[in-house]
Amino acid sequence: MENYLIAMAVSAGIYALMALGVNVIWGLAGMVNLGLVGFFAVGAYVSALLTLKLGLPIAVGMASGAVLTAAVGVAVALVTVRLRGDYLAIVTLGFAETIRIVASNTLWLTNGTDGISGIAGPYRGSLSPAAFNLTYLAIVTAIVAVTFVLAERLRASPFGRVLRAIRDDEQVAAIAGKHVALFKVKAFAIGAAALGLAGALYAHYTSYIAPDIFVPLLTLYIKLALLAGGLGNNRGAIVGAFAVVFLLESTRFVIPLVPGVSAVQGAALRELLIATALIVMLRYRPRGLIPERLPRIPVPPSTPPSVPPAAAASTKNYQPTA
Amino acid sequence: MPPLLAEVAQLVVNGMMAGAILAVPAIGLTAIYAVLRFPNFALASHATIGAFAGYIANAKLGLPILPSVMVAFLAAGAVGVVTDEAVLKQFRPAGFITTAIASIALTIALENIVRFGFGNELRGYALPIERDWRFGSIRVGPQQVQNLAIAAVAMAALFCFLTFTRTGKAMRAVADNPMLASIKGINADMISRLVNFVGMGLAGLGGMLIGLDTTIDPLTGFRSILSVFAAAVVGGLGSIPGAVIGALTVGIGEELCLLFLSPDYRSAVGFVAILLVLTLRPRGILGQRADA
Repeated sequence: MENYLIAMAVSAGIYALMALGVNVIWGLAGMVNLGLVGFFAVGAYVSALLTLKLGLPIAVGMASGAVLTAAVGVAVALVTVRLRGDYLAIVTLGFAETIRIVASNTLWLTNGTDGISGIAGPYRGSLSPAAFNLTYLAIVTAIVAVTFVLAERLRASPFGRVLRAIRDDEQVAAIAGKHVALFKVKAFAIGAAALGLAGALYAHYTSYIAPDIFVPLLTLYIKLALLAGGLGNNRGAIVGAFAVVFLLESTRFVIPLVPGVSAVQGAALRELLIATALIVMLRYRPRGLIPERLPRIPVPPSTPPSVPPAAAASTKNYQPTA
Repeated sequence: MPPLLAEVAQLVVNGMMAGAILAVPAIGLTAIYAVLRFPNFALASHATIGAFAGYIANAKLGLPILPSVMVAFLAAGAVGVVTDEAVLKQFRPAGFITTAIASIALTIALENIVRFGFGNELRGYALPIERDWRFGSIRVGPQQVQNLAIAAVAMAALFCFLTFTRTGKAMRAVADNPMLASIKGINADMISRLVNFVGMGLAGLGGMLIGLDTTIDPLTGFRSILSVFAAAVVGGLGSIPGAVIGALTVGIGEELCLLFLSPDYRSAVGFVAILLVLTLRPRGILGQRADA
């Protein structure tokens, strides 16, 4: 039972890392990324292959996983940076599917749908399973903590402010002299690095990866985590990741209680439940359960409103044309 | 004919057949996009639903293929209207990104409803086994020809509907300029229901046509979604003639890549096509601008 709880905490930590990464891309910069599972997969495969085939140390594998995934993120961002959001949605989703197709079929490298097993874990051989789990939890916790601090610094920094400005109105940010495309590419790279690192952590923890793990459902888990915690809010991303793992795991216990349901049907019910939860959250809490808190802008008390109410109303409804 | 040329000719014929089938769901996607302005990923599960509705009609109730195809169209269309009313419609004011994410969640939900009922095993339609027809060195299966004919009839019917009927014209008017259309008294709600019925119906029909070539399972729709989106994007999202041209391009492209790629990578070709088009000509062959 303790091992089970620790394993859950590790997966929650990995989800939290992914949610922090997506928060930079989606929450701060406002770019939709429906293919985040593709970046997660790249990190997992790179780190697993480097440690397994070249015998590199795990830490080097993980770092390379993060760096290479960031490079892939730059490539995807460069192709999509000038596209409208709806095309970005299609390209990112297509990217993740393509990664899965390549991973399923490049037998000489990835061993196809059978997956890669026997991926090394830090001190796995010299520790008991329980001690290994605890060690790994400590590593994941440390990485999430460092990422959280960095993400918070990033959010409050001038760089983060520009990203939020781009999210809220790209044209205004451009008029203010910001190189919008460059900021978007950088944000994508940072987010992708976190996703890749999460993938590497996952691979070395479970010791087994296969294309079937990297399905769009995982993308939905992270979106759900962000919505549960509050979009654009790093604390919320972590809380949300734990909430999602709790929800996922509780369905594991609840569904066997439903009579007359086979294993396949149980799995289907779980996924149905998750998808429904996401739809309900999106519908009723589109900015998340804990919305982003923006710093209050100090208003000088004596200044009269410079814009007449009617004009203010019309600018509020103004939508920049795509 | 020299062997390589014969092989290329065979692949082009196969690609045109596959492209014509692909055009059916691609038209559905592009029509929904033209009116409602968001990429509806729920198309995948509606293709699966159509394939399974046709399967029930054909393999369980013993209907011939043609009526079964009608069942696939009607069932997927009806589910499309219901799910849009119940789920996706609420998201439209929140913007296209939220709606697109909701449509992914919706497609996973619907796919799992199918999985709950039918399990994961592969199923085939009740089809007579027929010998391929030969034209010189090119071989064509009678079932493929029938699929091609069904796809062509569906497209011709849609074309007539959009060109000659009042409702079809109203639908194009809303796609063209929603504001002007509403001033002319066109009921946008009615049109969006209609486009969901027709679009998702075509997705279901396409799902069954894809299944007739192979087998079906709950992932049938999702597996082909990349090619369908590639067809719509290559042709220009929102343009119906574009979807047909895009589908033929992607279909033939996927087949010709078999000359130097393993067939397993076929659907990755669609993604490459998307990237090429968006890099070189973001609006697609016949579409509107895609850059910001």
